[in-house]
Amino acid sequence: MNLVNFYLQIQIRNLILQARTIKRVGSMRKREIISMILAGGHGTRLGILTKHLAKPAVTFGGKYRIIDFVLSNCINSDIDTVGVLTQYEPLKLNQHIGIGIPWDLDRKTGGVTILPPYIKEGQGAWYSGTANAIYQNIKFIEEYNPEYVLILSGDHIYKMDYSKMLEYHKQKEADATIAVLEVPIEEAHHFGIMNTNEEDRIVEFEEKPREPRSNLASMGIYIFNWNKLKQVLIEDNEYHPDSDFGKHIIPRMIHNEDRLFAYRFNSYWKDVGTIESYWQANMELIETLPSFNLYEEFWKFHTNLDHQPPQYVGEAADVKRSILSEGSEVYGNVYSSVLGSGVIIEEGATVRDSIIMAGTIVQSGSVLNRCIVSENCFIGKNVIIGEGENIANFEKPDIYHTGITVVGDQTTVPDNVWIGKNCVVYGNTKFSDYNNGRLESGQSLILEGEES
Amino acid sequence: MKALGIILAGGSSETLSDYPNKSIAALPVGGSYRTIDFTMSNMTNSGVNKVAVITQYSSRSLLDHLSSAKWWDLGRKQGGLFVFTPYITNDNPFGYRGTADAMYRNISFLKRSNEPFVIIASGKHVYKIDFNDVLEYHQQKQADITIIYKEANYEKPSNYGVMVLDENKRLIEFEEKPLEPQTNIISLGIYVIPRTLLIKLLEDVVAENRYDFVNDVIIRYRKKLKIYGYPFEGYWRCIRSIQSFFDINMDFLNKDVRDLFCKQYPYIATKVMDEPPAKFNIGSSTKNCIVGGGSILNGYVENAVLFRKVFTGSYSFIKNAIIMDGSYIGNNCYLEYVVLDKEVVVSDGRKLVGSKENPIFLEKGSVI
Repeated sequence: MNLVNFYLQIQIRNLILQARTIKRVGSMRKREIISMILAGGHGTRLGILTKHLAKPAVTFGGKYRIIDFVLSNCINSDIDTVGVLTQYEPLKLNQHIGIGIPWDLDRKTGGVTILPPYIKEGQGAWYSGTANAIYQNIKFIEEYNPEYVLILSGDHIYKMDYSKMLEYHKQKEADATIAVLEVPIEEAHHFGIMNTNEEDRIVEFEEKPREPRSNLASMGIYIFNWNKLKQVLIEDNEYHPDSDFGKHIIPRMIHNEDRLFAYRFNSYWKDVGTIESYWQANMELIETLPSFNLYEEFWKFHTNLDHQPPQYVGEAADVKRSILSEGSEVYGNVYSSVLGSGVIIEEGATVRDSIIMAGTIVQSGSVLNRCIVSENCFIGKNVIIGEGENIANFEKPDIYHTGITVVGDQTTVPDNVWIGKNCVVYGNTKFSDYNNGRLESGQSLILEGEES
Repeated sequence: MKALGIILAGGSSETLSDYPNKSIAALPVGGSYRTIDFTMSNMTNSGVNKVAVITQYSSRSLLDHLSSAKWWDLGRKQGGLFVFTPYITNDNPFGYRGTADAMYRNISFLKRSNEPFVIIASGKHVYKIDFNDVLEYHQQKQADITIIYKEANYEKPSNYGVMVLDENKRLIEFEEKPLEPQTNIISLGIYVIPRTLLIKLLEDVVAENRYDFVNDVIIRYRKKLKIYGYPFEGYWRCIRSIQSFFDINMDFLNKDVRDLFCKQYPYIATKVMDEPPAKFNIGSSTKNCIVGGGSILNGYVENAVLFRKVFTGSYSFIKNAIIMDGSYIGNNCYLEYVVLDKEVVVSDGRKLVGSKENPIFLEKGSVI
């Protein structure tokens, strides 16, 4: 009898000890807030720019990639645990983020974790919606046992201190807080619109309403109480296997009479979703007083560029109203343009109103107007791009119609070629691929048999 | 890896001769590097993944630069970056009394290691080398010590250690800064030596109260040991004074030099500062310039090396200048042959004109 008692006592003590250790481990890992970045989007309206990479991996402002802005906002807001949900063409994004060194997100616990969809017992599933992607990663979030979860999109350019939004969320005792931007009412029908009461509590959400009743547009930035969100995600999954925050989760929470609040943000925010808006947002950076300031010492944007040689401007060069990234060398003329790292503009070449991405070489005598040249391209001698009539692209008029010609990544454009406006060029093109050396406005030349 | 690295970066000879408060290893070079980056990168690019930096004079800015080892891929569990500053004990109240003493005082680092060879280098040189070639040469010659040398063509040999070699490149004679140099073969102050031999030599010379590696080891043992020279033919410069600092930075306006260090693999690594792109505003005009990230230009700049975060005002004129990180030049300024240290502020309308032989130097943080 005594022996049994003794044995039981030991068992109980072990159990208590075990429980304590688990608790201790749990509390060591615990984070008040973690963020989940949705970075699996294709960004189809960016055309050839997203042929081989997800939209968050597209370069922006010369040396950055779009996701850098959100990742930097996280670390600058003291959020050190970040999940990045990838799906479409994740290779470049994975390489870029790595273990998170540039953002100080290489941590012993927390830090950055890339979360691609994976096969579960008995089933495998792609991420079928924004909320579904989070639903599939409930286990990851539970690891950190957070109070709050910040849901972000990896597609946007802005500067935001999430800790202020969290403060607001706590102060309102909200279940969910949605960052909103006041947009001109005539553009409101492009956005998810929040209708709020006098204390900014959200009473109705309308996705792209035909007749908007408010101008508060959702920025796709949400803070949820994790316990609440988890419950709603599990509930909603039974009805919508393609669960989406805007379409399903937010309406469901409003229906449940949960406390949802709008957090008003009134600073720079851009969804560079189209060729034109992407070009425009890049061009804003070269203004003498840009509306989006990259030069603030206390809100730096970090990016993965471990080799940082200086910029060089040559003897015969003329550079005006432009920004040049690390290692770029200009021997020719560059006006109103954004140059990525390692770009070389040879003597006698002229680049105007253009975005030239990292590693591209423009040889002498070439003239580039209003075009976007992707990474690691080679533009030969005496090439003309972006002249002629403004005729929308024949194959994809909805994507290329504002006069901007786009050259896809790793493309070669041979010497003496003339390319018009709204053209798309991709692949290792030869002179014979052009009609008498000309690609008229609106035409596409895409080699390797694939459509953009 | 076969070797560990020791970088001597802060004896009194490692500060500028005309500004002894400035440590050379931490001086900016070529728009985005610090002098020590060249030696550090040479080591890590050659696969040396245990590097000790020994420093004492004016080491604050150097320590700041080395605050993280990750830029050189030296943030490791095995090996990695070690920084040794002198510490005072009851029986040794001195700083490092010489290069041999500096190494001797950290002899436990050498004893605890198991790499067969040690590469000893200085933090004030700008060059690119693959140490694997030197190690191979060292073993092939069955040398005790290998010294990397160069035939001085424009440097004055009398500023360096001058070597006399026989036809097999074995050292016959070595004179430190001779008044009448016998040859133009100068030691670059970079040595390869077996670790156990180094430990023995350091223990022997320090026991005799001798503290200098060149005078007390190389010169005294020049006949007793098999010391060989390894010829180096590429670009190699040593920073000694504001003048040489100015010239070396100006060398980076030369495409060959830039390509060697910036474009040809392996690259020179440096602390990543994440500055935004350099911005050229509408009124700016730039000719033959290096412009670091985060700089904003509004005026005219010619033949200059601008480091990071430099601001130039409208209608300012800058020619033949080196301007270090964070300096601000107001509107309507005129600067020629100047070297501005970090965070110098030049008020609107100032005129500063130095000469090629004697550029004007403004110290860190000065406001004029």
